Amino acid sequence: MARIAGVDIPNEKRVIISLTYIFGIGPTSARRICDKVGLDPSRRVKDLTEDESIRIRNVIENDFKVEGALRGEVRDHIKRLMDINCYRGRRHKSGLPVRGQRTSTNARTRKGPKARPGAGKKKK
Amino acid sequence: MGRSLKKGPFIDQRLLKRITEMNRSGGRRVIKTWARRSTISPEFVGHTLAIHNGKQFIPIYINENMVGHKLGEFSLTRTYRGHTVKIREKGKRK
Repeated sequence: MARIAGVDIPNEKRVIISLTYIFGIGPTSARRICDKVGLDPSRRVKDLTEDESIRIRNVIENDFKVEGALRGEVRDHIKRLMDINCYRGRRHKSGLPVRGQRTSTNARTRKGPKARPGAGKKKK
Repeated sequence: MGRSLKKGPFIDQRLLKRITEMNRSGGRRVIKTWARRSTISPEFVGHTLAIHNGKQFIPIYINENMVGHKLGEFSLTRTYRGHTVKIREKGKRK
């Protein structure tokens, strides 16, 4: 198992798939990396030479924002929205959908599990 | 869908004029405005605008992080006071 971009350990899959295990790299970026390094995307990670994996690492380091840095960036953007107290920021604060979806029903991803009136902690 | 870049941001011209005027004369007064659809341009920074929400004017101090947003995003049109919490009598729980 190769170790690329910090903690990520993509396994025995094709390079293009393995790279998408890194936060911030999807199919498109994975393809771009392969192009740039000049290797066949359908090769397996285990077949990579040391030199190739080093080059992959370099490309990711220089051209992509991944993992911690990217997560931090996203967090900063959301924090900015919350600080200026605009509509989207308020939605983030209150844990409701931000992009105008209905909340009468659904919206469970944002709102979490249903709060039913009788549903306290069951003690027995 | 976003707005076409060709057109540039929509900024309420009357409001912009009043603000540039005030920037020139150095005055700092609260401006009442109904122009919720107007984008906040850099000239607005440091002013306090009272933005109509359909009922009242909400005074909002504009800082530079708000540039690029619309005025209406800062003046909510709906009130939500939360759901009533039913108080259950004790002992009913098991």
